[in-house]
Amino acid sequence: MPRLSQWIIRAAFIYLLLGFTFGALLLTHKGMPLHPALWGWLPAHIEFLLMGWIVQLTMGVAFWILPRYWKHPRGTDEIYAQIAFVFLNLGIWLVVAGTTFRAGIWVLLAGRVVEVGAVVFFALHAWKRIVSREGA
Amino acid sequence: MPPLTRWYIKSALVYLTAALLLAVILALPINLPLFIRYMNPAYFHLFLVGWVTQMIFGVIYWMFPIITRAQPRGNEQLGWASYALLNVGLLLRAIGEPLVSTRPEAGLGWLLAVSALLQWLAAVLFVVLAWPRVKEKYRGE
Ligand code: HEM
Repeated sequence: MPRLSQWIIRAAFIYLLLGFTFGALLLTHKGMPLHPALWGWLPAHIEFLLMGWIVQLTMGVAFWILPRYWKHPRGTDEIYAQIAFVFLNLGIWLVVAGTTFRAGIWVLLAGRVVEVGAVVFFALHAWKRIVSREGA
Repeated sequence: MPPLTRWYIKSALVYLTAALLLAVILALPINLPLFIRYMNPAYFHLFLVGWVTQMIFGVIYWMFPIITRAQPRGNEQLGWASYALLNVGLLLRAIGEPLVSTRPEAGLGWLLAVSALLQWLAAVLFVVLAWPRVKEKYRGE
């Protein structure tokens, strides 16, 4: 597994733990009220798990496992995947800042835009590595 | 494919079916019992935890680089514990959440606390198990 995949997947595991921790607190709170402010963490719970865990893990595994060489070198353009990794994590925290930490709708919007950027860069990196058996 | 992976993936498929069946029921144009209507978060989580996350766990356990030939996938018992905790915890939630919402006076809130703890422990154990496998390909000692 390449080094970049290792970093992306480790980050995904950390978000899994963060997301499950807030989920567990929210679920406990639903049964036995802990603190009213906890509901404010629901957007962070969702963001950590959907983007931080599921999307990020998928990217990490794709960077590892898509063909690097088939008929001819596929040029992994690692820099695009690196940018995707940075953007995704920046986007997640901007969204959390804009929702849970009430930093305002512009921060939330910026977070969403940066997340789109992350996916576009990841797709740019992956495009040439998605090939048929004939190499098309 | 190791036995634990088979359990993860087959369970994941069962959850996907259950989640989508629940979605069908929730979409019925009739006056649904309150208990069912309160299963909306259960629908989300049967899908996202039961299907997506469990499928991922099963494939990670199977496909990530092995640690050594002697103990390729780490401590398997940890994996089984994580599997059991996740599934018991999730099922407890699917029943407990609508139960607590429809009968808040019944004092069953602790069910959700137990469910939360079980699922949280499942994630911690799985990360402990899988973390050392996030590495270069195994090339012998
Ligand atoms: C991959 C895993 C997970 C994902 C992607 C996820 C995602 C979500 C989403 C999208 C919602 C909003 C649902 C809605 O608006 O009705 C939500 C709500 C919630 N989640 Fe999760 N979740 C995950 C795991 C968990 C876990 C493990 C727990 C508890 C241990 C948990 C506890 C909660 C609670 C308590 C709510 C609020 C339910 C309500 O509206 O009353 N989640 N989650």
